[in-house]
Amino acid sequence: MAYRCDLGGERYAFADLRHVMAAASPRRSGDELAGLAATSDAQRIAARRVLADLPLAVFLTEALVPYEADEVTRLILDTHDAAAFAPVAHLTVGGFRDWLLSRAATTEGLAALAPGLTPEMVAAVSKLMRAQDLIVVARKCRVVTAFRTTLGLPGRLGTRLQPNHPTDDPRGIAASVLDGLLYGVGDACIGVNPATDNVENARALMIMLDELRQLYDIPAQTCVLTHVTNALAILERGAPVDLVFQSVAGTEAANRGFGVDLAVLAEAHDAVRGLKRGTVGDHAMYFETGQGAALSADAHHGIDQQTVEARAYAVARAFRPLLVNTVVGFIGPEYLYDGKQIARAGLEDHFCGKLLGLPMGCDVCYTNHAEADQDDMDGLMTLLTVAGCSFLIAVPGSDDIMLNYQSLSFHDVLTLRGTLNVRAAPEFEAWLDRMGLATPDGGVRELEPRHPSLARLLDHAERVA
Amino acid sequence: MSGGDLASGGGPLPPSDDPWVRLRTATSARIGLGRRGDAMPLGAVLDFQLDHARARDAVHAALDTAALAAALAPNPVVQVRSAAPDRATYLRRPDLGRVLEAGTTLEAVTGGVDLVFVIGDGLSARAVQSQAAALVHACLARLDGVSIAPIVVATQARVALGDPIGDGLGARLSAVLIGERPGLSVADSLGIYLTHAPRPGRRDAERNCISNIHERGLSLARAADTLAWLVREALRRGVTGVALKENRGDEMGQAVTGGTAPALPPATDR
Repeated sequence: MAYRCDLGGERYAFADLRHVMAAASPRRSGDELAGLAATSDAQRIAARRVLADLPLAVFLTEALVPYEADEVTRLILDTHDAAAFAPVAHLTVGGFRDWLLSRAATTEGLAALAPGLTPEMVAAVSKLMRAQDLIVVARKCRVVTAFRTTLGLPGRLGTRLQPNHPTDDPRGIAASVLDGLLYGVGDACIGVNPATDNVENARALMIMLDELRQLYDIPAQTCVLTHVTNALAILERGAPVDLVFQSVAGTEAANRGFGVDLAVLAEAHDAVRGLKRGTVGDHAMYFETGQGAALSADAHHGIDQQTVEARAYAVARAFRPLLVNTVVGFIGPEYLYDGKQIARAGLEDHFCGKLLGLPMGCDVCYTNHAEADQDDMDGLMTLLTVAGCSFLIAVPGSDDIMLNYQSLSFHDVLTLRGTLNVRAAPEFEAWLDRMGLATPDGGVRELEPRHPSLARLLDHAERVA
Repeated sequence: MSGGDLASGGGPLPPSDDPWVRLRTATSARIGLGRRGDAMPLGAVLDFQLDHARARDAVHAALDTAALAAALAPNPVVQVRSAAPDRATYLRRPDLGRVLEAGTTLEAVTGGVDLVFVIGDGLSARAVQSQAAALVHACLARLDGVSIAPIVVATQARVALGDPIGDGLGARLSAVLIGERPGLSVADSLGIYLTHAPRPGRRDAERNCISNIHERGLSLARAADTLAWLVREALRRGVTGVALKENRGDEMGQAVTGGTAPALPPATDR
């Protein structure tokens, strides 16, 4: 079905709903690369006018990726909760935007609504929202998950400590873990990306991280971000697997590019939950996503990159994750060109994930061939924290020496906690206090280089590794 | 000058007092930086900014093709360009970096040829400028009996530009030497992608990659050894990619990878 809009004496036509969605998106290089972007700024606004007047329910009858061709579409439509959707079922996309911003949309109401929303609905409404709207509404959402720490509570900001090393050297990884712990980082997860992704190596890293966790009695979960099929093999052989990780995308074909489907994710979810290693909760899956993943696998079905990204959240939602984050600036300038595009995408992804009921975090990051720098990241980390982001990723000195990109630093986490008054997860905060690292005002004490407990901690870490 | 001297509160600790000294031998991660309030000491901030600036400079530097051709002598060199007219377009449009500039003609080598070296700037012309010629010479010395096409130097090039080039020259194999995306610690790392029966449409899983070739990474000699082994195996078995990787055991360590499912969305120069 074609869509039309008359604007300032000019007529704009859109071939179908996919075209409306793509043209309504803020300008970004990935949509331009795919040949889907609006051809002018005015056409972009015309598409937003069209989108605003469409009924929200249109996405239940008009699948952007055919139901027959794609298991993610089937998952979205087959699990849609019509009763939960009822309170907003009569609204247009524009009306939904207004409702979300109104006082009628409460924290409890949004949580109840989540199963009634589809990724396409939240992607559509996000295209009609300014950055501040994305922040205001996401801030109202509350998604609480737990394993050994409880994440997503009001006034808290979780952090994943990412201690990567180019050759997976255990001492090198332990050194980075310890560095992060001394800044109070790691309550969401201590999670390492292995440089060599195979069963033997991942299992050895899992054992090392678990020993380190037990040595210091840290109430946190560890994760080696190995492929889900490796995790399954490791689970079979017996190893301390807290969380199973997988990168996921928004179409069946793109997930195939990652070497996964819904069946293998379900198998892994069942297996890891059976271990019952969580102490305060049983959320045991960790997913990463990122705009552009589907296009880079040539599996986007002609959908704009933000909408297909939101569909990845439907995949994540099916498996009760502890953590989900978008790796927002990692993929490169052909998808998100500069700091402005990265910031907008980060806010969109966080908003869409939260509205769909996910414990949404973000890897605030960029590569050296993107037009971005630390100032851009300072902005995005602040915006996301104000938006109530569940967790952020941090690495020593912002420099991931294995993946060769820049994420946040441990110092950045201190800055956010200090300026925006957000704290670590309560269990982790209590541990920091036991370790003598907490200050009365919720900050993290700096240990003098000659402090005996610092030398002791470092000695321990060396022995484990 | 070490940036640490600029930081308020004194410079870096003498090694005898720095508890991180031993662990620093295990990682180049920026650990134990210390704090000024919640922030990094200024020295660490400026060190980081310098590394970022160098990486950005490497991305945007232009390849001096004349100097490269001279360094490749006495081997014949052919120069081509991708369809990306400039760096800004190249960064936004990887698809254009994978096809030859309109009107480019390549003369097929009569009777076919075993191997063509394609040297592409990729995301670090610096890596190519400093290492590619020496690497080609080192490889040629190990490839007796393998017929070699004229060396192709390509600008604004992605890895897959080797496909139309190899196809056009009638080469059984293409070896694309290309500058890798610069990181903060290494801005001049070179990669090699070997493809059997190159032609447009080849997938990444059909290539073998030798990456991380630089002063502190894989040496030129080891990279050349690995490539020579792969070239002979690929010619003998008529295949590159995952299939070639699977049967070679641990003989070459971790230097060679075939296409596998990525753990993250790709941030590559492909």
